[in-house]
Amino acid sequence: MSTAILLVIILPAAGAAINGFRAIKNPHTPKNKSVTNVVTLGATLLSALIATFGVVMPYVSHGTAQPFEHSYYNWIPSGMGHVAGGWISNFGVDFSVRIDPLSCTMLMVVTWIGFLIHVYATGYMSHEKGYTRFFAYLNLFMFMMLLLVLGANYLVMFVGWEGVGLCSYLLIGFYYDKNFAADAGKKAFITNRIGDFGFILGVFLIFNTFGSADYTKVFALAASGGHAQFGGVATAICLLLFLGACGKSAQIPLYVWLPDAMAGPTPVSALIHAATMVTAGVYMVVRSNVLFRLSPTAMAVVATIGAVTAIFAATIGIAQNDIKKVLAYSTVSQLGYMFVAAGVGAYTAAIFHVMTHAFFKACLFLGAGSVIHGCGGEQDMRKMGGLRKYMPRTHWTMLVATIAIAGIPPLAGFFSKDEILANAFGYSKLIWILGAITAALTAFYMFRLYFMTFHGQYRGAHVVGVGESEPEHAGHDLIAGAKHLDHGDAHSDKANGHHAHSHEPHESPWSMTGVLAVLAVLSILGGFVGVPAIIGGSHPTAFQKWLEPVLLPIEGHAFHFHEASHATEWALMIISVAIAVAGIFLAYRFYFRDAAWTTPKRIATRFALLYRLLENKYYVDEIYGKTVIGGTLLFSRALSWIDANIIDGLVNLMRHATVGLFGLGSNLFDKYVIDGLVNGAASTAGAGSAMLRRVQSGVVQNYALIMGGGLILLAVVYLFLKP
Amino acid sequence: MGFLYQNLSIPILTLVTFVPLIGALWIIFFIRKDNEQSIKRTALFFAIADFVISVPLWIYFDVNGKGDRLFQFREVVDWIPSLGVKYSFGIDGISLLLILLTTLTGVIAIYSSFAAITFRQKEYYALLLMLQTGMIGTFCALDFFLFYVFWEVMLVPMYFVIGIWGGPRRLYAAIKFFLYTLSGSVLMLLSILALYFFNDGGIPFLNIGGLNAGLSFDVLRYHEIGHLIPPNLQFWIFLGFFFGFAIKVPMFPFHTWLPDAHVEAPTAGSVILAAVLLKMGTYGFVRFALPILPDATQQAVPWIVFLSIVGIIYGALVSLVQKDMKKLVAYSSVSHLGFVMLGMFALNPMGLRGSILQMINHGISTGALFLLVGIVYERRHTRLISEYGGLAKQMPMYATLFLIAALSSMGLPALNGFIGEFTILLGVANRSMVWAAFASIGIVLGAAYLLWLYQRVFWGPLDNPANQSLPDVNRRELLTLVPLMILMVWIGIAPKIFFDTIEQPVDYLVRKVDPHYFDRKPLMHPGAPAAAHPEVAEIHQ
Repeated sequence: MSTAILLVIILPAAGAAINGFRAIKNPHTPKNKSVTNVVTLGATLLSALIATFGVVMPYVSHGTAQPFEHSYYNWIPSGMGHVAGGWISNFGVDFSVRIDPLSCTMLMVVTWIGFLIHVYATGYMSHEKGYTRFFAYLNLFMFMMLLLVLGANYLVMFVGWEGVGLCSYLLIGFYYDKNFAADAGKKAFITNRIGDFGFILGVFLIFNTFGSADYTKVFALAASGGHAQFGGVATAICLLLFLGACGKSAQIPLYVWLPDAMAGPTPVSALIHAATMVTAGVYMVVRSNVLFRLSPTAMAVVATIGAVTAIFAATIGIAQNDIKKVLAYSTVSQLGYMFVAAGVGAYTAAIFHVMTHAFFKACLFLGAGSVIHGCGGEQDMRKMGGLRKYMPRTHWTMLVATIAIAGIPPLAGFFSKDEILANAFGYSKLIWILGAITAALTAFYMFRLYFMTFHGQYRGAHVVGVGESEPEHAGHDLIAGAKHLDHGDAHSDKANGHHAHSHEPHESPWSMTGVLAVLAVLSILGGFVGVPAIIGGSHPTAFQKWLEPVLLPIEGHAFHFHEASHATEWALMIISVAIAVAGIFLAYRFYFRDAAWTTPKRIATRFALLYRLLENKYYVDEIYGKTVIGGTLLFSRALSWIDANIIDGLVNLMRHATVGLFGLGSNLFDKYVIDGLVNGAASTAGAGSAMLRRVQSGVVQNYALIMGGGLILLAVVYLFLKP
Repeated sequence: MGFLYQNLSIPILTLVTFVPLIGALWIIFFIRKDNEQSIKRTALFFAIADFVISVPLWIYFDVNGKGDRLFQFREVVDWIPSLGVKYSFGIDGISLLLILLTTLTGVIAIYSSFAAITFRQKEYYALLLMLQTGMIGTFCALDFFLFYVFWEVMLVPMYFVIGIWGGPRRLYAAIKFFLYTLSGSVLMLLSILALYFFNDGGIPFLNIGGLNAGLSFDVLRYHEIGHLIPPNLQFWIFLGFFFGFAIKVPMFPFHTWLPDAHVEAPTAGSVILAAVLLKMGTYGFVRFALPILPDATQQAVPWIVFLSIVGIIYGALVSLVQKDMKKLVAYSSVSHLGFVMLGMFALNPMGLRGSILQMINHGISTGALFLLVGIVYERRHTRLISEYGGLAKQMPMYATLFLIAALSSMGLPALNGFIGEFTILLGVANRSMVWAAFASIGIVLGAAYLLWLYQRVFWGPLDNPANQSLPDVNRRELLTLVPLMILMVWIGIAPKIFFDTIEQPVDYLVRKVDPHYFDRKPLMHPGAPAAAHPEVAEIHQ
């Protein structure tokens, strides 16, 4: 099994290496795209198959009570360190992997969704010049993501953690010659690094407290020591780790990179910025559940940040017109939901939502990609409309996913969202209210997206016309147009790759819509693993039972799954469905019944200030730009000035003083240093030879002077010191 | 082959040290100065020969050697008996790795100069080879007098390399480099003399009694008697060493010679400066200050930690706003060397191991960055960031190599820089979470200045006409970079062999400074009998 796990991880890396070298050889024209496809799809498919039949199935068939762990080699033998309480422990780190229900779940989501999106991308990216490079990056991402979820200690997780960040950087900046993409890539990486700062400090504190970073050792010691021994330090560890999660999973205050990350190609948005990478923070918190359970404070922080992020991002989502931006803010909001789950102690619900969200959000993003593809690179929903006639397969699959995210039973999103809200209600009514409002907003903006895109009349003809009249500049025009409309942050990735080719939108090829269909089916069925007891499931649900081995007993007390009275559960369920229906109905009234959208327009004018605030995302980017970034640069410039004029100024002053002191009779320094300097600056390569002789003689004399001075100094010292 | 290294009568370290000097003399006396091809080939031959001789040192080095076997390949011959001066060579794992770094850098520096140096080639290559003898000798010497000779010898060729083949302000930079280092050396010499007198008759006018143990410059003897030195004398001796080494490192605020020297030096000079010369300072601390002056070292911890952390953040912030690529990389060295010093003064195994590994890592990553900057400089004769943009389109191979070097420098996991920084910070955090927190800011800033540089040079539109026909890296340039890239990945994925090599010297240092460090009870993890370790059977098989 350890070999199988290694293969699962290594295969995508091999694919990345092969395509990477091929991409460097032919950077501008993809050569032999079929070879690229075979390598990239072969690597991901094989990896997924081995993961399923060589890892997960054998593991499950042996029973899941105990994790499977294997260490391949001693990676960082860092030595013996002191541990709080007067102990010493080996701080070495192994390259080791762990298979348990949690990593199995993530493994299946990552490999199979990853494979589907690779298939989709072969269609979506087919016109790109950097085709091979794209798949090299995408495979590299798979490799890093697998390390992240399969690692058996925090360090291997951190390799994957930063590695997926790198791939995200490279893929957001895929159109690197466009400044907005380059900016967005850098922003994503640096924001993530701020989070990683917290993560790595958390890991250090784990070492200092538990003497190791291996999950098994850390959690065993933490669980046996319990609140009394580790309660305080657990709070510090968890808050530091959670800062890392805020970066990776785009939570307040570090969420700002994710909406900009939409500058990357749409399959990237689906795979990395919706289905897998951004859920790494949730995975990490659930993985560390033993530590978080020791600290009610940290859990409260996680739940609060999650709830506030969820509603905050949802309010922005209702005022966006770029289809990918709506989905981006929706992702931020849904990730907030997952953290609510983790924070209120519903760890299984968090992972349940990670899974269902991966299905429907991947479907939505890929559907949006299909729409953009079909509309010749358009991303502004105001220029879409009526697409259900042109792209029926995209339409139906996206409708399914939209219903799923809105939380309508019996689709996947309903079950995971309901479990989260039920748990939140038991934890804090305030968190529940925030969650419920978010659910209503989600249903509203998602159906707003659906109606604006697929219903009414097609509104995009004139833009395509511009593209046709001046095909060379079509991409730029689209960008400029989008910039004008959306204040400079909406950019179509397709506009870079190829230009609009027809007046009429067209359906995408089967390689794309086939994937949509699979994801739509998953969005329908995915929730049935977590059916609650009151509507025919069990308590705990099947999914909760599956993940139970990950929730270790603390001080001998087994993990307790939240349970409420049937009446409460029914009431909460009815309320959450009613809320979703209300949101859908509002979107229907505003954007379907009234083709001219008079009501939303009227509201936007009536509450112009509020609308501007939402449309501009509360100006958070601008505030960060002025304070954090501007402040750092200003401070850096000041330091640079101090360095040149004060610190180095002192050195030069000392030089002058020394020259004045020791060289009273001799003006050698002036003659050779200062003159030499002037001559050096004035000299050209041609006149170099004559000058060099002077320089050299000057150098020798200088050296003699210095050595002479040094010798005299030594003699004096010796005279003084000689016993 | 093994015979050469295992037979104590063959002075293998002397050979490694002086082969470059023989090359230099050969070039000076046997090759006419207009025969450029022959000069280059001879220089490269001797550099490669030296590297080839040095590699088996590692193979035949016993990494488990401790006590008398800590320093191996010993050579001890009386040199000036009346003063107690000995020709004494010997290396432990720390010097071994630094010697290997030096011989590798020597080959790369010479090979990378083939196109860049166009005049006075005979002198240039002879000086580079002499410099290499000086550097290797410094790492081998176990006699203070001998050490000081090599230390000073090293200065002269570097001075000429900057002063003759450097940029427009080369003289200013060269003299600044020279005087700065020299003034530090003088203070270091005073400290050496103080030790020397203490071992003999003491220093009467300061009322410091000596051990009356005769005249000796033997470094290892001072390792033994370090704890006998009274704390106040230790303090003054430490201060002298501190100035000598801190200038060389360079630590904030003694760093201002570095950006000037780097910017003006030719590419090979910058590479050697960054890869090896800066390590002289950190090596000096490890070899002399820590084991000989344990009390003073402990007392100095807060001060050095403070300066190191300031250096880490300051260097990174100043890097952020540089307009010249080389200056940016130079200031990043201030930040990186801050990490090295910080880890060292954590005074525990993690910090010291990380610190020593990071010396090597910095040589590899920053060396590679200087080589890379040199490559575009040779094509465009400018290093201003604003002159570039969009190079990824024109030079994809170059862009890839630069990205790897930048990622290595910013400490991306699975590359070498991460292993060093992580281990350092692990050690530092083990002493104080607050120090670790401040130092970690440097990691965030490291990503910021390198990625911003990368964006401005390689991404964005390729709109400067001067860049639109730049050729990608050629075979020779690739050959200078590939070994460094391999090392980055190797150390990132499998650093164990490097850690094993320095394990004994590090434990030795820790015990010298804190004799009771290891006297604690091992922590047991309940219910998990080392389950994550290989010896435990796999549950499911």
